[in-house]
Amino acid sequence: MSEEEDIFRIVKDPKDHTDLPRTEITDCPSHLMNKTGSWRTLRPIVDKEKCIECGICWKFCPDVSIEVKEGEGAVVDYDFCKGCGICAKECPVDAIDMEKEADYV
Amino acid sequence: MSETRIVSGNFAAAYGAKLSRVEVVAAYPITPQTEVVEKIAELVADGEMDAEYIKVESEHSAMAACIAASNTGARAYTASSAHGLALMHEMLMWAAGARLPVVMTNINRAMGPPWSVWADHHDTLAQKGTGQMQFFCENNQEVLDSVIMAFKICEDEEIMLPAMVVEDAFILSHTKEPVEIYDQELVDDFLPPYDPDYKIDVDQPLGFGSLGMPDWYMDFRYKKAQAFEKTPEKIQEVNKEFKEVFGRDPGGLIEEYKTDGVDVLIVTMGSISSTSKDVIDELRDEGHNVGLARLRTFRPFPVEQFREITKGVNVVGVLDRNYTFGHGGDAAREIKDALYGHRDLILKDYIVGLGGRDLTPKILKKVMLDAISLQDKGLDKEIEWVDLRADRKKWRG
Amino acid sequence: MAKIPEIELMDKGTTACPGCGAAHAMRYMLKALGKKTTINIPACCWAVIPGVYPSRNLGIPLLYHAFETTGASSSGIRAALDAKGVDPREVTVVGFAGDGGTADIGIQALSGCLERNTDTIQVMYDNEAYMNTGIQRSGETPYGAWTTTTPVGSEKEWKKNPKKNMMEIAKAHGIPYAATVSIGHPESMIEKIKKAKDIPGPKFIHIYAPCPTGWRSDPSDTIELCRLAVDSCTFPLYEIEDGDYNIYKKPKDKKPVKDYLKRQGRFRHLPEEEVEKIQENVDREWELLLKKEEISSEE
Repeated sequence: MSEEEDIFRIVKDPKDHTDLPRTEITDCPSHLMNKTGSWRTLRPIVDKEKCIECGICWKFCPDVSIEVKEGEGAVVDYDFCKGCGICAKECPVDAIDMEKEADYV
Repeated sequence: MSETRIVSGNFAAAYGAKLSRVEVVAAYPITPQTEVVEKIAELVADGEMDAEYIKVESEHSAMAACIAASNTGARAYTASSAHGLALMHEMLMWAAGARLPVVMTNINRAMGPPWSVWADHHDTLAQKGTGQMQFFCENNQEVLDSVIMAFKICEDEEIMLPAMVVEDAFILSHTKEPVEIYDQELVDDFLPPYDPDYKIDVDQPLGFGSLGMPDWYMDFRYKKAQAFEKTPEKIQEVNKEFKEVFGRDPGGLIEEYKTDGVDVLIVTMGSISSTSKDVIDELRDEGHNVGLARLRTFRPFPVEQFREITKGVNVVGVLDRNYTFGHGGDAAREIKDALYGHRDLILKDYIVGLGGRDLTPKILKKVMLDAISLQDKGLDKEIEWVDLRADRKKWRG
Repeated sequence: MAKIPEIELMDKGTTACPGCGAAHAMRYMLKALGKKTTINIPACCWAVIPGVYPSRNLGIPLLYHAFETTGASSSGIRAALDAKGVDPREVTVVGFAGDGGTADIGIQALSGCLERNTDTIQVMYDNEAYMNTGIQRSGETPYGAWTTTTPVGSEKEWKKNPKKNMMEIAKAHGIPYAATVSIGHPESMIEKIKKAKDIPGPKFIHIYAPCPTGWRSDPSDTIELCRLAVDSCTFPLYEIEDGDYNIYKKPKDKKPVKDYLKRQGRFRHLPEEEVEKIQENVDREWELLLKKEEISSEE
């Protein structure tokens, strides 16, 4: 979402109060801090054969974690996907299955 | 050209805001502050003051709007009093925590019940822990001067904290005195435009005031404490500069009136200081070795200065125009705190003039004579309420 | 119908719960508004969703503030931008609060903001309870719902008061535009928010945002619940423009409210007669809304 030069404009990797801004000014893109994929108990698995690249899963993903790439279909970003299962439920062609995360760890 | 006009403390506050080129005003009316907001409304309506005036629906919203405006890079100002200030309490803390140089005028007024619109310092002193600097003014000129000075101090990049300039209800707020209204260019030279490095700006998408977990909160707090601890020095520095530019000394942290080598030191705050100075003169003429220290900033509290001026002093008599539910008044408590382990002297706390009760020169003289008498008889009581109806003879007789 | 803009101003790595409706609400809203937007957010789920210091989740400036100050904070930002000569059509100021922050503790500041004709969009993302603090009832919790402060006890049980109608309250201020939108209908949601952006003056947007954690619903049901709410007329999609009502999404086959309620654990305790009561109330409100629309079109 952000240009690289926009990142850490204020403070990078603060060690103590001397590195801090005067108040809590936040400037670290959340995707660099919060790898929420670790929360997942269910894992969406996309069947590329079935995927029609309609983009509905992209549209309804609350975690901005699905991209639809031409020729590849829906691609899940497992670093951030929390496994809510909305994509699987909303998929009009049942191309996404929710499987146990434990089977993949 | 600077001009001298006969104006009330409230008008002086409004002119102070105007001369400071305040960009956003958000205020809600409360007696006895109303003239401040009315005057500003008039100045804005007449195009004499180029500011956005948000007529908010509460004092809480007034400070919230000032905080947001200040965070968006605008110089912001508000004014309130007593219950309005109490309603602002949460936001006073927020302004300080967010390191925003919002300046406000508070008209010191008693807290109800019973309802009272008259002078008392309880409202302001109850906000002493919020991170606001507090400037107690003695006269209307000082109100105007302090508003301009406060912006300069608050906006210093090392400080970036809010301040309250306070004046006593009616005694200053509604009493007209000659006040020099400075030439705008002179003020502009003294006070440059507010231009913070980080602000709400669509070209720099930053977050302001996020959740801080225990692993950072304390370090941020320390950072803010460090900024606050720089305020005594900064106030004195700006005070000096103010004196050079405008030829007037608003008093720095503490104003010393005939304190050299005194045995008895009287401590006052706000409008009673002027009357008290006359009484000091009278007592000195009568041969008493007494002087007066006027506490101008309650926050920061001039700890070092108090230690210095009490060298060789036998008795300190503190006139507290407040009772803050604890052990006596706030000023006495803070002075004891400053002197603990440094001075061995008698300190008596006089609770005076609550809810606007009149403090005549006669009563003040009795109080000071009581303090003087402690040199021989020793401390009779730590805290004494002055001019209660039960013992009027003692103070008025 | 508006297409969903590609732009993503909500970054990955939010700390929202799985299936969070409020996260959707932000994502679509920012798709509609674009980069030239400021947002101010009180204490609510969205004070936490961007992550803790120093995490920044949005591609627009964000001011966090006290719970009850959304309307006042938006006014402050707008006034500062006005003072700097920034045109309201160029930069949109958005106050974004939960239902408690809008309809309960923030209603005074909201009212002031609307009454003063502040050129902002005031958004209530409505998950129908104080979810951030752990599912306590709010003025927007619907009749019949379990929350942690309206528990299903042996003596007193669940919430007996109806949901506060914030659209009518907003409208009563004489504002130029108010709309209900739903994250289950992102195209129309984006269209309505874009419309609000271009209208001068105060705008109010009520976003329906399910909360799987507090509603005791399956996270995967979030979008489906939105559709059921609209199709059962529990949460009608309509706008009020200069006082005129327009229901922009009328269900072809009105579904029973029961279908909506039964997918949420928070209504599980309700006996049949209470479900019927809710149905009657929904029907009455819907008929009333249709009449308001009819009157608007007659003028």
